[in-house]
Amino acid sequence: MNPDDSTAVFFQSVSKSFGAKEVLHEVSFNVAAGEALCILGRSGTGKSVTLKLIIALLRPDAGKIWIEQDEITTLKTEELSRVRRKIGFLFQDAALFDSFTLYENLSLPLARLTSKSQEEIDSMVVKVLREVGLAADKKTMPSQLSGGMRKRAGLARALVLEPKILLADEPVSGLDRITASEIDELLLQQKTERQTTLIMVTHDVHGARRVGDRFVVFDHGHLVAYGTAAEVESSDNETARQLISLSS
Amino acid sequence: MTNAIEFVGDVSVFSLRAIADLFRPPFEAEQFWIQLAEIGSRSVPLIVASGFALGAVMTLHTRSTLVTFGATAEIPTVQSLGFFIEIGPLVAGLLMAGRVGSGIGAVLANLRVTEQIDAIESLSIDSFKFLVVPRVLACVIALPLLTLIMDFSGLVAGFVAEYAASGISWHLYIERAFASLDWANFVPPTLKTAVFGFIIGAVSSYFGYTTSEGAQGVGKAATNSVVLCSLLIIVSDVVLVQCIAVAFPRTAL
Ligand SMILES: Nc1ncnc2c1ncn2[C@@H]1O[C@H](COP(=O)(O)OP(=O)(O)OP(=O)(O)O)[C@@H](O)[C@H]1O
Ligand SMILES: [Mg+2]
Repeated sequence: MNPDDSTAVFFQSVSKSFGAKEVLHEVSFNVAAGEALCILGRSGTGKSVTLKLIIALLRPDAGKIWIEQDEITTLKTEELSRVRRKIGFLFQDAALFDSFTLYENLSLPLARLTSKSQEEIDSMVVKVLREVGLAADKKTMPSQLSGGMRKRAGLARALVLEPKILLADEPVSGLDRITASEIDELLLQQKTERQTTLIMVTHDVHGARRVGDRFVVFDHGHLVAYGTAAEVESSDNETARQLISLSS
Repeated sequence: MTNAIEFVGDVSVFSLRAIADLFRPPFEAEQFWIQLAEIGSRSVPLIVASGFALGAVMTLHTRSTLVTFGATAEIPTVQSLGFFIEIGPLVAGLLMAGRVGSGIGAVLANLRVTEQIDAIESLSIDSFKFLVVPRVLACVIALPLLTLIMDFSGLVAGFVAEYAASGISWHLYIERAFASLDWANFVPPTLKTAVFGFIIGAVSSYFGYTTSEGAQGVGKAATNSVVLCSLLIIVSDVVLVQCIAVAFPRTAL
């Protein structure tokens, strides 16, 4: 089965193991363009692995993954680059380039992947840094940033190319509530104003419910619940109900 | 045993990829200059200091031997031949295996474990070309240059030591040093260090780039790089010396 035009990301029976350890077992889900999907699950259940599969940093052992109309598990390097251009990725630990300043971290992708002039690059970098509240730290090295600042800088780098699909691995972990809610707002704004498809891993139920349209819950490598917040709340899986419940 | 064969295969494929990617655009010129400065210029103090110390020590030793034969006039010749043919290239290679090999191994391994290599890939940048190729090329080019610096430092130190002992003039020292040195025993040994440079760049990049362990993988990559680079440099030196002797028979002393 091929996905239809409205599909942004489509997993079909994807399995992934590391050695003898099976991390994902025949996982299938579909994310429509412009939709926000939140991935919930306990630690070590393969959430980050799922995001890395989407951007093809990892390859599945079985199953197929579509990004829009491209089945990426068989793509060659050049075609993969084309697909990756559509995707922005915030890593769980930000993964900033530690030999570059914050400004250079953001200008590198613009300089490499677009034909923008230096002035345009400057203004875009400043704009995105302002959005995440780091405009004053342009010249700072990543090692001098706090954990929460690194997270926001990583988000800025993921956003700077204006991706159609944004993958965010725990965008608000380690942030205070006020900053976290600002980041949620920013993500929501990406979705409503730019129609960005959003796939985010999070442990913050409040933020997830505010931003997410649909939810998937992983447990022991299996997808145990999938649907709207209300659907997951009434799922027959105990873990899923606990993870989505606000009273925790 | 199969593990060892697999390992040799992996390292070879990795090295060949570095050569092949060197000729495929896009070329990472900016990264290359950064690495050349890091690997080349920053190694100069170490090379000069070592060359100096070694040059002085060698003169002291050869002097005490040659004095008994009344052949002290040969000291500059022995010094220059020794340095240009073997000491300069080999010692420069081993020193760089230590300084640069461990550095490249640790840096690339750190980029790997902190997911920075993944981040580069996620931005559609070829991380191998961006990180590995410029480092390998910088090593290949830096090594012969550093070897020359080592040779001349050794020669200058040799002069200083000899001047202290016999008051020989700089002019006479240089004349004697270069009297029996010909291009064939100067150029091939210097150029063979490009091979050492390739070994250092490729092997240490391999350990760093392919590490799959966490923080302890960084230390391991650095140590493994130095050990294997040093070993391969010595082994390849034996082979290269033979090759040079066959290609330039006059240099076989
Ligand atoms: N490159 C890898 N090599 C080997 N095992 C891996 C690798 N990446 C992930 N794993 C394993 O896969 C499992 C899932 O990892 P993953 O990072 O996806 O967890 P997670 O759901 O994101 O957890 P957390 O909420 O703690 O971030 C873990 O048990 C981890 O050890
Ligand atoms: Mg994770």
